[in-house]
Amino acid sequence: MTEIGTPVRRREDYRFLTGQGTYTDDINRPRQVYAYILRSPHASARIIGIDASAAAKASGVVAVYTGKDIEADGIGGLPCGWQIHSKDGSPMHEPPHPVLASGHVRHVGDPVAVVIADSLAQARDAAELVKVDYAVEPAVSDVGEALKSGAPLVHAEVPGNVCYDWHLGEPAAIDAALKGAARVIKLDLTNNRLVPNAMEPRAAIGDFDRATGEHTLYTTSQNPHVIRLLMGAFVLHIPEAKLRVVAPDVGGGFGSKIYHYAEEAIVTWVAGKLKRPVKWTAERVESFMSDAHGRDHVTHVELGLDQDNKFVALKVSTLANMGAYLSTFATCIPTYLYATLLAGTYTTPVIYAEVKAVFTHTVPVDAYRGAGRPEATFLLERIVDLAADELGVDPAELRRKNFIPTDAFPYQTPVALQYDSGDYFSTLDLATKAADYAGFESRRAEAARRGTLRGIGIATYIEACGIAPSAVVGSLGARAGLFEAATVRVHPTGSVTILTGSHSHGQGHETTFAQLVADGLGIPIESVEIVHGDSAKIPYGMGTYGSRSLAVGGTAIIKAMDKIIAKGKKIAAHLLEAAEADIEFKDGQFSVAGTDRSKSIGEIALTAYVPHNFPHEELEPGLDETAFYDPKNFTFPSGAYVAEVEIDPDTGRIEIVNFNASDDFGRIVNPMIVAGQVHGGLAQGIGQALLEGCVYDRATGQLLTASYNDYAMPRADDLPAFALSTHATYCTHNPLGVKGCGEAGAIGAPAAISNAIVDALKPMGVRHVEMPATPEKIWRAIHQHRVAAE
Amino acid sequence: MQKTVSLTVNGKSVSATVEGRTLLVQLLRETLGLTGTHVGCDTSQCGACVVHVDGEAVKSCTLLAVQAEGRTVKTIEDVADGDTLHPMQEAFRDNHALQCGFCTPGMIMSALDLVKNNPDPTDREIREYLEGNFCRCTGYHNIVLAIKAGAAAMRGAKQAAE
Amino acid sequence: MYEFDYSKPANLADAAKALGDADAKLVAGGMTLIPTLKQRLAKPSSLIDLATIPGLKGITEESGGLRIGAMTRHVEVQRSDVVKRVIPALSNLAGLIGDPAVRNRGTIGGSISNNDPAADYPSAVVGLGAAVVTTKREIAGDDFFTGMFETALGQDEIVTAIKFPKPQAAAYQKFKNPASRYAIVGVFVARTGSGVRVAVTGAGPCVFRVPEMEAALAKSFSADAIKDIAIPDDGLNSDIHASAEYRAHLVNVMARRAVAACA
Repeated sequence: MTEIGTPVRRREDYRFLTGQGTYTDDINRPRQVYAYILRSPHASARIIGIDASAAAKASGVVAVYTGKDIEADGIGGLPCGWQIHSKDGSPMHEPPHPVLASGHVRHVGDPVAVVIADSLAQARDAAELVKVDYAVEPAVSDVGEALKSGAPLVHAEVPGNVCYDWHLGEPAAIDAALKGAARVIKLDLTNNRLVPNAMEPRAAIGDFDRATGEHTLYTTSQNPHVIRLLMGAFVLHIPEAKLRVVAPDVGGGFGSKIYHYAEEAIVTWVAGKLKRPVKWTAERVESFMSDAHGRDHVTHVELGLDQDNKFVALKVSTLANMGAYLSTFATCIPTYLYATLLAGTYTTPVIYAEVKAVFTHTVPVDAYRGAGRPEATFLLERIVDLAADELGVDPAELRRKNFIPTDAFPYQTPVALQYDSGDYFSTLDLATKAADYAGFESRRAEAARRGTLRGIGIATYIEACGIAPSAVVGSLGARAGLFEAATVRVHPTGSVTILTGSHSHGQGHETTFAQLVADGLGIPIESVEIVHGDSAKIPYGMGTYGSRSLAVGGTAIIKAMDKIIAKGKKIAAHLLEAAEADIEFKDGQFSVAGTDRSKSIGEIALTAYVPHNFPHEELEPGLDETAFYDPKNFTFPSGAYVAEVEIDPDTGRIEIVNFNASDDFGRIVNPMIVAGQVHGGLAQGIGQALLEGCVYDRATGQLLTASYNDYAMPRADDLPAFALSTHATYCTHNPLGVKGCGEAGAIGAPAAISNAIVDALKPMGVRHVEMPATPEKIWRAIHQHRVAAE
Repeated sequence: MQKTVSLTVNGKSVSATVEGRTLLVQLLRETLGLTGTHVGCDTSQCGACVVHVDGEAVKSCTLLAVQAEGRTVKTIEDVADGDTLHPMQEAFRDNHALQCGFCTPGMIMSALDLVKNNPDPTDREIREYLEGNFCRCTGYHNIVLAIKAGAAAMRGAKQAAE
Repeated sequence: MYEFDYSKPANLADAAKALGDADAKLVAGGMTLIPTLKQRLAKPSSLIDLATIPGLKGITEESGGLRIGAMTRHVEVQRSDVVKRVIPALSNLAGLIGDPAVRNRGTIGGSISNNDPAADYPSAVVGLGAAVVTTKREIAGDDFFTGMFETALGQDEIVTAIKFPKPQAAAYQKFKNPASRYAIVGVFVARTGSGVRVAVTGAGPCVFRVPEMEAALAKSFSADAIKDIAIPDDGLNSDIHASAEYRAHLVNVMARRAVAACA
């Protein structure tokens, strides 16, 4: 059974289970040399001079390059793909982002020089001989500090470190709405900075073919064509026809492998200079100081309610940390992927958000699983819970009272988006019933008898996925289209190759997409091969992020299959001597309606490639179709999560005792894979809530969490077993009715966990606990209460 | 300082010239081309590099190649029986216990080490045993199910053989 | 890693001789040393591998207590039936070190010679009043750990075994660092014929005893007896994971739990 809706086992697993996967670092090219990147140890410094002469002479060293060589060769800076305009209409500040530092370093880990040697050990040995003369300057890592007058400037040309000061909504309207509210609930909160930490560190190999002049980049990317476009057009000025980008097996991305990184340009550039393959692989410490980070918001939120506890106004002011430079999609995350989600699942009529994006001496921040939507959900679901607490009403009831009614779709929110479908009541009912929400107080009492504090927390979420309608995002400042492309290539003997612009780095496309095709063409799944990740093979595609692969990439496959079937009908009509309108396609057979005369798709394919008896006047030979699909709207997955925690009051240690998730992903193609995506998202969301936090030293800008000794990754024994359920309302604007499932867990979990923690600590008068809710933070909250009570 | 090191890898005697500082994982990946064993961190925590040395799970990023002199090393490439997956590998596939696949070789080598010492582990024991194996994709839920199922299959196979 | 010489001496005398080079380092399991070398935080001229020296491994029951060879791995202490019978707290402690793959390589001698402030074993050596046997002498556990990453070992002195007397009861309670899983605070409590010992690791720069708790417990061996004994946070470790104040608090909590676990 391979049809849509069945848990087909993954076809990619065999190679991963047997050690036969091919990740970038597994690739070696003849005559390969190794690159080691010398990085800044300082958060902010002027480079007075670099003396690489000793390094250049060291054993095995082939070359050493610095920012001067980059400039001499006319190499461009790393571009930003989305332009935001401030409230006053002025465009954002977009300071240069050099591939190797030019004059200044602006964060710990900023690349300063690259040493190329016959072995990695030699390159690293020699890097210690590169003498960099730094004049260390004051650094700022915190957004609040960076905005103070007199704060060190990250870029001299950016006054006050403000990249943009943007808003959505009407300031006058929100002020009026809040003034008219019966009650206004206020909260200050931060959304902690995270490091994505895909288990495969980034790697890149540059190769150059002297015979053809073609450059090849093997890289750990979620979107090889995006890298080809950005690196070819903006950085290295290589015509796209001469640049091939291959993203082979990629060991997780979570957003961090969307962006074009300096190391990709460096190895490609050096390979061209040396006419030798150049390999670079990040050490984990380099991942911490060079992979784009996520989140890092400081927010003030106000929610207004009327006498009847209906939400009447939501006002949000956020400072968003951009880091030292603008990463590829950094600027759209705290704006169009954040403020537009602030309606959540609710009918709040007036919403206003203002966002200041701020430069600091830290690693650039960009999309990380959820990207803007977790930040929106967290603040919304925290303030709703706080409102319930202050009003003395049940948090589930307050949510139900304010949910968008199920019969109100399509629903236009006040923050630009139009939700096509949804049923928030059903997912909340499913999750609360599974969690025995009604029976919680007896469990709280039982836990109290054991001396632990038990709490329960609900979060609902909405996300905008299936990114994205190109015209819409273009009008909002995107410098790229966000369609997807697919080719369906039916071979003469009936097997099928799918070339997709989506990229699988764990999502299981080789299985899910094959299910679509097996189902759509009525052929065995074994006859379908999925090809992705190589710009020389696949059509121009935009890659995988924003839970878009099935909704956009899958739809492109469906559209290409539609073309195959349409052409097949014409060929079948010719062969069967029937009218095209009478040909039906079902289960792999083209048949004349109402007769037993039919041709299999294999026969049609053979005819298409051996066109002896073929309608040449009407059709071209071959059965190979490409479709580009540009979505009409975003998709809107939603759901409700219920978390239950127990807190050890003596240590502050939190244990998650139950976690129930109920999601609406629309139609589900492979429930096994969907559940896996939810599990992974939940783990990252719980990681954000309890464990993970990137910490910079406020005085020096040093990165204090630069390894797994200090950055707490969720381990198996930190997490509970998850109980999942789904309730489907189909997406109305793609043929599959699918919505996307990759980010949900990371979006809904932080608020559910935080709400449970605050619920457990309610007796101590706790209103909010910042993430990650470490044992010490919890202990302090309890301890302060005890001290105050004494 | 170049040294010659001789050891048995996946049932074959191998010998290679290495530096004193060459790690076992480098010998496996770079000299022997056994790229199924991965490196995910520099601080001996993530477990992507776990192999068996003399039948025990060891982090190959934290063992010098010269320390493996005379020892017997088994990597993920030698777990399946020809084209037939080992019951633990089969259980990982059946339970969707892998996504990107990067941590998977280390997970399986650790799972086999666990089951060798504890043929019928509880969920809690599995979760605690995986302290040294990070997975960023699965949330571990399905890995726990897979190891349980794999352990059961291995017990079944053992009983059938007896 | 910087390059180094590597040797595998056949006996302790040769190993000690090789230590005549001040930049030489011993490697036992290597679970701390190799990560340190990988980060280029140390630059030894040579590594002297103790792996093949005979007589350094194994657990024996001796004068009612245990003698554990320096090259005995954590996993062996964890799983040893003898340890489980004579000093079960020690088996429990060994099972809390690192992770299974680390326990398959790491050794007790390596751990105590390195004396990481957050390592587990020092608390057992001090808490049980063990003696450290070296190539030159026997050093009382109380005198062995002299400071952060520092011990009483001389330059060419090598730990060969640790002798643990059997306590009447003992227990170890560890509060783990959520990231590294080292001890933020670990407390080893032992009730012995000559009194109660309370040894704390993770909290300070080096393992230390808590005499006030020991005195109180000698009078009344119960968790309640120490509940009001606060450890001053002055001089305790403070980092992004736990402040000194929190560590001081945890010492009390973990000590009470260890006492309760002794029952």
